[in-house]
Amino acid sequence: MVISNMEIIPGKRIRLHLGLVQGSTVRTKHFGRDLMASLKNIFGGELKGYTELLQEAREEAVRRMQEQAKAAGANAVINVRFSTSSVTQGAAELFAYGTAVVLE
Amino acid sequence: MYDIIALVTLLALGYFFGRMAELRHYKSIIQREQEYRDVVAIASKIPPPGERLDASILVSGSVVISVDYFKRFLAGLRSLVGGRIVAYESLLDRARREALLRMKQEARKVGADRVFNIKLETASISRNARGGIGSIEVLAYGTALVQVAGGDQN
Repeated sequence: MVISNMEIIPGKRIRLHLGLVQGSTVRTKHFGRDLMASLKNIFGGELKGYTELLQEAREEAVRRMQEQAKAAGANAVINVRFSTSSVTQGAAELFAYGTAVVLE
Repeated sequence: MYDIIALVTLLALGYFFGRMAELRHYKSIIQREQEYRDVVAIASKIPPPGERLDASILVSGSVVISVDYFKRFLAGLRSLVGGRIVAYESLLDRARREALLRMKQEARKVGADRVFNIKLETASISRNARGGIGSIEVLAYGTALVQVAGGDQN
């Protein structure tokens, strides 16, 4: 399945629009990572644990979006956007959405 | 008295380690920016028409960076009088450049030399008890165009 954040797919024609598809996941960090993060809050620098966590969560959101697109009979998702929001203290929602289409 | 000693220790630790981390990070960013110069990130929505036939792949890069104790203290002081918070500006600059670099790294891995429709997203993910920004996440994403073998239309 083609995933793209452009409005078109170069070299391909869009045959059918199937509407919006979306996938989201809410994740929170575990205690060990939190401890490391609070240390890093003093020293500064990259929080590798968080980077990985958010990356995994985003992949999960994309996977869910992809499943939804597949269920709708699409073979591509175009104009994909990501959004992040912190729901409560220490938890984040990762959200991916796009337009499911059928390419020729 | 102990409070003051603890505060000064934290400030000193934050200053030295934070400064070291920042200098090291900038050095590596500048070096890698040279290295990934041939992967071009373009903010245009769509590629120019009538070009070679490409396959499109979504690529992204993200990073979470925390600010150190000293800079947070400075920012707290700054918010009393207002004005530019230089301490946070470098944090955001570093995060954006790092995210873009990671995106380019992924683009090169899939064999692309151009990435279109770049979007940058910034989120503050952890807030400390007093409501200040603890760390920020920057996500950069775009569509990498990979040349398909034999797909040259010219």
